[in-house]
Amino acid sequence: MDIELKNVHKWFGSVHANDGINLKLPGGIIQGILGENGAGKSTLMKILSGFYQADEGEILLDGKPVKISDPASSLRHGIGMLHQDPLDFPPMKVIDNLLIGKEGGLLPNRKQAVKEFKDLQQRFGFDIDPDSYVDMLTVGERQQLEILRLLWLGARALILDEPTTGISSLQRIKLFETLKILAKDGMTVIFVSHKLEEVEGLCQRVAVFRRGQVVGEVRPPYKTMDLVKMMFGKVVSADSRVYARSGENKLTLDSLSIEDYRLHIKNVNLGVQQGEVIGLAGMEGSGQRQFLRTLGGLMRPVGGKILLGKKDLTGRPYHTFLESGISYVPAARLEEGLIPGLSLTEHFILSDESRKFMIDRSKALTVTQDRISSFSIRGTPVSLIEELSGGNQQRALLALLRPQIKLLLLEHPTRGLDIESAIWIWSTLKERCKTGTSIFFMSSDLEEILLYSDRILVFFGGKVSQPIESVETSVEQLGQLIGGKGFQEREEH
Amino acid sequence: MLQKGNILRYVLILVLLGLLVALGIYLNNNELILAGLAGAVASAAPVVFAVVGETITERAGIINLSVNGTILLSAMAGFAAALATNSLVVGFLAGALVGGLVALIVAFSSITLKQSQVAVGFVLTLMCRDLAYFLGNPIMGASGPTVPAGPIPLLGDVPVIGPLFFKQDVTVYASFIIIALAYFWIFKTKQGLMLQGIGERPAAAFVRGANVNRLRYLYAFVGGALVGLAGPIFSLSVKAGWKGTISGLDGIGWIALSITIFGGWNPLRAASGAYLFALLQWLGNFLQPLMPNIPSQVLQVAPFPLMILTLLLVNIGNAEWVERTLAGMPEPTRRFFSRLLRSMRTSPPASLGVPFENE
Amino acid sequence: MSKSNSRWIGLSFRVGAIVLALLFTAIVILVTNANPLDVFSNILDGAFGSTDNFAHVIVSWVPLLVVTSGLLITFAAGLWNIGIEGQITIGAIFTTFILRSLQDSSVSPAIILILGILAGIIGGALWAALVGWLKVYGGVNEIFGGLGLNFVATAITLWLIFGPWKRPGIGSMSGTQPFPDALSMPVIGETSLSIWPVIIAIAGIVIIYILLSGTYFGLRLKAVGKNMRSAFLLGIPTTRYMMLSFLICGGFAGIAGALQVEAVYHRLIPSISSGYGFLGLLVAMLVNYQALWVAPVALFFAILNTGSIQLPIVLKLDSSLGGVLQEALVLIVILMEGARRRFMKKE
Repeated sequence: MDIELKNVHKWFGSVHANDGINLKLPGGIIQGILGENGAGKSTLMKILSGFYQADEGEILLDGKPVKISDPASSLRHGIGMLHQDPLDFPPMKVIDNLLIGKEGGLLPNRKQAVKEFKDLQQRFGFDIDPDSYVDMLTVGERQQLEILRLLWLGARALILDEPTTGISSLQRIKLFETLKILAKDGMTVIFVSHKLEEVEGLCQRVAVFRRGQVVGEVRPPYKTMDLVKMMFGKVVSADSRVYARSGENKLTLDSLSIEDYRLHIKNVNLGVQQGEVIGLAGMEGSGQRQFLRTLGGLMRPVGGKILLGKKDLTGRPYHTFLESGISYVPAARLEEGLIPGLSLTEHFILSDESRKFMIDRSKALTVTQDRISSFSIRGTPVSLIEELSGGNQQRALLALLRPQIKLLLLEHPTRGLDIESAIWIWSTLKERCKTGTSIFFMSSDLEEILLYSDRILVFFGGKVSQPIESVETSVEQLGQLIGGKGFQEREEH
Repeated sequence: MLQKGNILRYVLILVLLGLLVALGIYLNNNELILAGLAGAVASAAPVVFAVVGETITERAGIINLSVNGTILLSAMAGFAAALATNSLVVGFLAGALVGGLVALIVAFSSITLKQSQVAVGFVLTLMCRDLAYFLGNPIMGASGPTVPAGPIPLLGDVPVIGPLFFKQDVTVYASFIIIALAYFWIFKTKQGLMLQGIGERPAAAFVRGANVNRLRYLYAFVGGALVGLAGPIFSLSVKAGWKGTISGLDGIGWIALSITIFGGWNPLRAASGAYLFALLQWLGNFLQPLMPNIPSQVLQVAPFPLMILTLLLVNIGNAEWVERTLAGMPEPTRRFFSRLLRSMRTSPPASLGVPFENE
Repeated sequence: MSKSNSRWIGLSFRVGAIVLALLFTAIVILVTNANPLDVFSNILDGAFGSTDNFAHVIVSWVPLLVVTSGLLITFAAGLWNIGIEGQITIGAIFTTFILRSLQDSSVSPAIILILGILAGIIGGALWAALVGWLKVYGGVNEIFGGLGLNFVATAITLWLIFGPWKRPGIGSMSGTQPFPDALSMPVIGETSLSIWPVIIAIAGIVIIYILLSGTYFGLRLKAVGKNMRSAFLLGIPTTRYMMLSFLICGGFAGIAGALQVEAVYHRLIPSISSGYGFLGLLVAMLVNYQALWVAPVALFFAILNTGSIQLPIVLKLDSSLGGVLQEALVLIVILMEGARRRFMKKE
């Protein structure tokens, strides 16, 4: 099936997520879609698969314009979407997962479905037992099941969104073989990824997205450097850099290993100085978040040690981390950091370390007004926290931090903020560095990483690069690492 | 074929059959007990409707806490309607309608108004009860139509089984049928698979073309209507008439809720819970003369600890302290307990009580 | 939308809710061929018609006030303490135990009564702790845990009344042997009202008000109830606070149970909690969990309850009408709140 997108536009408020996309996706080939977070590729895929409707533009399937109103209609038109976390029903059987939603009739013909399922999966060499329960399958198998289901329901185009996260290398090889077979059959295969090596090896064409537009369409042979340049663009080099790091190591990570159901980070060794800023670069979901959470005491490492000065914090409860001077600032401000329904003053009362019983309201008011002015928060002491804009919520989060912090962990400190707020926030953070606070932060903005970090760690699928001095690196080098190339193999235990 | 495990299984089956036959012979010769048990089967019929109905509603993802009040209100309304029109059919329809409407209010306030299902269900259970007492006051003690007995010709003459199951009235037969229908619908039809889907993971159901909220409204109504049928079965068959606070109906709804949980959201298992409860009630009455100090109500409390136990078992596998204890055990014991815990787990529909937002 | 505009809209929705509730109740009354105006005036008469009646109002106001005060704590923590009925009952049982054990001793009646109240607090708190334990360590939702334990508490009561604590002769539904007259609180005039329960109840709501609005504990509790994740991140020990809220609410429930035994019934009866637990949940919902409004709204509910008692006698109507109005109010307020939010979103 030939898919063509003509002049597709999509706005989210003032954000122009898709800015005049013109793209031809012919059948029979594996099309790669590259781009960093926020480039617009997931938005476009969601439009194709019916979750969003384009504000302007047309979608043509085999030359005919179509209207895709919801996910079910998208599949009816033949477009099947494989989500990163497959939308299946874990407590139910494989064969039932297949049958749910298949139109027509009252009684499911289980025998027939099982036979068709077995025949279909033989083509690709899958080996899934139709009677087993979905929650017993691995992520890779759940993907295979979803692919089979989409094919069974007549999909002629398949969109795969970051499909190789969290599956074994054997399953990845099998997936690629499957995709090649499907392309040969005439299917349109759209492979959305940030992993340069995979895209270069698998796709017959690559479209690169940046800032809502398609900035380039290339064919093999691929030049990695060109791809990286298209993905990340040019970056203004840092002139005014504030150096605040000094002295011995405040924080030591010794063979730290972290595991969750999708990723395995192995053997990180790192020594962090007082006042040092470490930037964590990489696509979302590459392990930075798990890393930060473990440093903050919210996740337990499966191996190795975390030492703050001489104190071994490994395995201790979150409270100990907090009391030892480690503060964690989450990205989801209203869901994890702030409390909707409470006012600014009440937040400040909650974070003061007083051991008293009764609240001194007038004192709290003074403190709040003080903080509001010193952090330039646009709000009053009685404003409810959810009434503040994103930027002011972030300022509030920072204002809630204790005065003396040894280690500050920030998830996306300036996400969604205007430039003025972002600059202001970093100047505050650098002030803290001068008083001895070490900072870890994760960001999808390479400019931010390069500008403010002393050293950089790049994450890719659970692999962590050696720390890189930010003055010695460039967008190109970072871009390659983010895309998965250039990691030195570590010795495994 | 005659391996050790198989021999054990055959012996167990034989022993069980033998016990059943012995029980049957005993019952055949003991009219009183047989009649009592038949009465238990009859009194279980309304509870069966209530638990099957609530199972369906909860499978769709909605908790209907108003069950207790609904049964009272539908019992009164059904009796009143039957009394007014001298038609049993109208009475049952009225009861079903009441049940469906109340459930719709819960669904509406949750799906469209985004308010708490628990809060609304709770208030409704109290309000329906008070409405039932207040509006039913004038007809208290009146005698109205009752469902006639309807023994089934051939089946009713089979020893033991006959009097127990086939010398009942039409409501009891209906309760048998509804169990089978519900089980068939939920587990054997495509639509039933989708019902499971919207309760488990509405996002995945949505992707497969389900109009999640519309289906939830539908199943809330159907489930509520079945609950609503429980009331008239009481007031027109089991304990005919409307007797206000003395009717002994207050509390049946809460029991039905706990049996629904005990039944693991499976209509067959829930129905067996209903019969078990009826059996316990009869047992309580039967053993009363032996224990004059203890009122029968004590035994009737049994479904509640069972419900708490079921809920405990649902979560005990996930609790962190359990995982830690398991990790500390030697491998064979750990595997044994792990498998045991896994087999005991009956999870509620994952999306129960959670409203569905479409992006 | 300006702030004063939204306040007017909020006010009009709330007033509208009250009007709708009254309309609904009037319709219900009309269905039984009675006159709504007659009914309402009768209720008022039943509440205010004589000093005796009004004393009854206060007598039923007290346990409602105490229970609702305690429930504000669990609601602040984001918990649905449906088990409140059982907590009142177990509190009453503990009180009865103390009174029975000491009634023939030489301890002064005043001391016995005080010890009885303390026992009630312990009993209620323990029963609530059970719900909390089931929730925190067993993952059992407090709604169903509380519900189950309510019935277990009733079963225990029945067993005691018909078993170990039965009246000489045969056990009966009228309860245990009443306590001697000396072992009761001094009443006002000819009424059944004693001043001490009123003092305790008012002290209770004041304490809760101060706790919730003036202490760190109260604010932290609210944080846990509004966003447990953020509260945890801010360093609040969320599990400990949830358990504490159960204990406090259970303690208040126990006080209510103790007062029912000591000041109202003077013995243990099968339904000692008299539905005050659920009624308290309704009052808490109606006042939107604001401590300031609890006393007046609880009084209003008490007026309705007491006033409806004479409906069967005078108008041959069932006394459940009071309940109908109470519940209609809460339901319609909830529904209007949802309607208001939709209305505001569309603006």
